[in-house]
Amino acid sequence: MASYADLTLPENGQISRNILWFARALRKAGLPIGTGRVIDAIRAVEAVGFTERRDFYWTLHACFVSRPEQRDTFNQVFRLYWRDPRYMEHMMSLMMPAIRGVQEERRAEAAEKRAAEALLDGANRDLPEPDSPPGEEQVEIDASATMAREERLRTLDFEQMSVAELAEARRMLAQISLPVQPLPTRRHSPAALGRAIDARATLRAALRQGGEITHLARRAPGLRWPNLVVLCDISGSMSQYSRMVLHFLHAVANRKGQGWAQVHGFTFGTRLTNITRHLRARDVDVALAAAGREAQDWSGGTRIGASLHAFNRDWSRRVLGQGAVVLLVTDGLDRDDTGQLAREMERLHLSARRLIWLNPLLRWQGFAPKATGIRAMMPHVDAFRAGHSIASLQGLAQAISDPGDSGMRAQMLAQMRQG
Amino acid sequence: MTPMPASIDAVETLLADHGYVAPRALSTVVFLSLRLGRPLFLEGEAGVGKTEIAKVLAIALGRRLIRLQCYEGLDAASAVAEWNFAAQMIAIRTAEAAGGADRDRLKTELFTEDFLIERPLLAAMRPQPGGAPVLLIDELDRTDEPFEAYLLEALSDFQVTIPELGTIRAPEPPIVILTSNRTREVHDALKRRCLYHWVDYPDAARELQILAARCPEAQENLSREIVAFVQRLRSEDLFKKPGVAETIDWAKCLLALDVIALTPEVIADTLGAILKYQDDIQKIQGSEAKRLLDDIRKEMVPV
Repeated sequence: MASYADLTLPENGQISRNILWFARALRKAGLPIGTGRVIDAIRAVEAVGFTERRDFYWTLHACFVSRPEQRDTFNQVFRLYWRDPRYMEHMMSLMMPAIRGVQEERRAEAAEKRAAEALLDGANRDLPEPDSPPGEEQVEIDASATMAREERLRTLDFEQMSVAELAEARRMLAQISLPVQPLPTRRHSPAALGRAIDARATLRAALRQGGEITHLARRAPGLRWPNLVVLCDISGSMSQYSRMVLHFLHAVANRKGQGWAQVHGFTFGTRLTNITRHLRARDVDVALAAAGREAQDWSGGTRIGASLHAFNRDWSRRVLGQGAVVLLVTDGLDRDDTGQLAREMERLHLSARRLIWLNPLLRWQGFAPKATGIRAMMPHVDAFRAGHSIASLQGLAQAISDPGDSGMRAQMLAQMRQG
Repeated sequence: MTPMPASIDAVETLLADHGYVAPRALSTVVFLSLRLGRPLFLEGEAGVGKTEIAKVLAIALGRRLIRLQCYEGLDAASAVAEWNFAAQMIAIRTAEAAGGADRDRLKTELFTEDFLIERPLLAAMRPQPGGAPVLLIDELDRTDEPFEAYLLEALSDFQVTIPELGTIRAPEPPIVILTSNRTREVHDALKRRCLYHWVDYPDAARELQILAARCPEAQENLSREIVAFVQRLRSEDLFKKPGVAETIDWAKCLLALDVIALTPEVIADTLGAILKYQDDIQKIQGSEAKRLLDDIRKEMVPV
């Protein structure tokens, strides 16, 4: 381990401490910054000297930013942190709805908003809350509430959440992963216990030992990851759920190394929109804002049959070709012709490797497949699951990794037969 | 050896002489590909004549056609070259039997071209009688992304690398044509190295020319009806629209049945030649076919 000499900076550690807190703010805003980087940054500032603001900016930038998409966040946090403290207060007041009052309407940019939240968080922790009554009791209750909150949020319906809870839920959603079973490919790769003999590797190894074959190199079929296609209903009856699912989708699409070769996203209300390209934006707020601009039919009516028809005709051959898993997120409340809906569902089912239907209506205990749209769609899905809370989305992870899982489909079909 | 066409018009006539009626845009891109020596990337629906253009080019220019059909799991061993393991083993055994096998010589001799089984990509890098071959990499979207990455070297530098042997470079770059049905997007890195063209369905006049070139036995009147009906079908909301290949197939079916003019019954009996999905066939069968036929009859009255 590298040993560090004592840090000697002018102004006796004041600036080091500031850099440390700045790094903590960046970490809050989502940048992966470890202690090592903080030490590097302090050393770098020491080396460059604290002379010009621009140099200072780029010195810290060099130490803390490691991906292009982090530049915006860094810029905003830097602007907020290293400037006039009065601006800080202004931003803080913007973030606190209670104090906001009749202040100027100003829409914080996506990264700025998160930067401000990150800074606020640190500020709250340092400063005692001015309004809160003093006393240790208060703190204790607050702490236990925090512990329980996450548990409660897991099972709480998205529609019943307050704004703060939704924000918290979004943070939790970003942590969920959607593990997937890899598929065997026809291409072989070296494997110690493979069945097939790798003649080429065997001979090469033999030649290294002068033509003597001492062991047989083996190979086995390799693995590949399937694609995920998500069709998300964004009509009025679904709006809160689809927002959360899109957050979830963004997290899944941008997580590295968890499987899924490619994640395609589509939204539909009255018409189908491909939002795959927008999902690639690293910043979730930017991504969803762009997707929202693209999809003009937010919170409108639903035409599931027509939208699926558009998907089947224009996209299914392009995105379902490599054994894709399809995740259909809709409540199934469609007033159009159910004949078309059934036909299109059948076609979708036939072209997808697996079709999983997430229905937020399933949250109710007494949910019965009564609506004609739901009855038309049910026979054509592989799995039918709830999608109204974080816990249910976590359950989805399990459903996807288990190829035999069908969720509530069997019960629903039985109910449909009865009446 | 047929000389390379010197202009876009020359390409158009060259292709037309061999039964391929190419629109101006396609002729242009083929000409550019030949002139600049860049691979040609053709994308389009199934049955619009993407593969056909490679075949026709090979015949027209008198070159050998080397075809690499892509499939899932295609690897370097089946695309570039494979070592003849059995022959290598025999060589080792005979060297041992002869006694005092020279270990070092064995090393250099075992991995020579004598033991190499050529596959399409390597074959395309070799000089061929009649000039550089036409390399057709068909249905690229069927293979996976790792293989695409392997193609990058072959397509940009016209060379392939065999680890044991080294790099083999084509003395004269082959004419490369890649096709894709777009069941997935091909990576930009590969597209960047190619000239791109989207092959669309032809318009009625051109389809009539194609039918005349490919199915000359058909009566003028029947051809016109066939083309009008297929064109009309393409404007319907179908899951899979019929391609040019289906038009030609259908014309041949109708000729085999000695049909002189289209009737709803004949259409119903032979619909399987143009529509390949049950949903589509159900939609068109019966009264719908009659309605479409009546429509085109009305439009076709002035001959």
